[in-house]
Amino acid sequence: MPVRARPLSPHLQVYRWQIGNTLSILHRLTGVALALGIVALAYWLMSLAGGEDSYDGAMRLYASPVGLVALAGWTFCFMYHLLNGVRHLFWDAGYGFERRQRHTSGWIAVLGALALTIGVGLVAWHGAHP
Amino acid sequence: MSLRSPLGRVLGTGSAKDGTGHWWAQRVSSVALIPLTLWFFYSLMMLPDLDYSTVKAWLALPISSFLAVLSVTVVTHHSYLGTTVVVEDYVHGAGVKVVTLMGLRFLYVLFGGASIFAILRVAFGT
Repeated sequence: MPVRARPLSPHLQVYRWQIGNTLSILHRLTGVALALGIVALAYWLMSLAGGEDSYDGAMRLYASPVGLVALAGWTFCFMYHLLNGVRHLFWDAGYGFERRQRHTSGWIAVLGALALTIGVGLVAWHGAHP
Repeated sequence: MSLRSPLGRVLGTGSAKDGTGHWWAQRVSSVALIPLTLWFFYSLMMLPDLDYSTVKAWLALPISSFLAVLSVTVVTHHSYLGTTVVVEDYVHGAGVKVVTLMGLRFLYVLFGGASIFAILRVAFGT
């Protein structure tokens, strides 16, 4: 079938950037990042099943600078995806559509995810440096 | 007047052919994942150490391995449903799309299966 240049409906670039679409995009991005986290989780579990040497090797990798940044990133992605996912569930149930509610719940999702990530980081730091 | 055929109305399906099945599975798995993932996060954080013997002893507990298998199963399914939509949205061309979706599904079965196998190996020993 020949491809013809057809008129396209307005897409992302014509709309003003605001919190609603930003958080929606962030939900999808964090979801994709967490999908990669499944690979990291599988590797961690396999290393545990493989014995002490393989587990220690995996933990060295996760304790490296790159590993720690990745774990912190996945923690934020998880916390945000969780909180924003609850937001979506409320919408599915028919609640929280007012402008003020949307903005408040959106900021709760972002700031809550940041706070929870820092909290997890502090607990992890405390566990590693008692 | 409805343009839908009587059969289409009974099956509840539109042009996507699977009705609300995908959407609903995404919601059900997301609700299940709230307690499951929080349990996983909380359990790991409450461990005194993350060294081999501590983590292995924890995962070998029947309740831990049982919930870990459930968590991995549901999280894999939920993630598969989500990334499938991402591929459907951004990968164009029928051939590439079908191959990508099939490859994606294989990868989820591979990593989900590997995770469950690893948990069972820890739970039941070698």
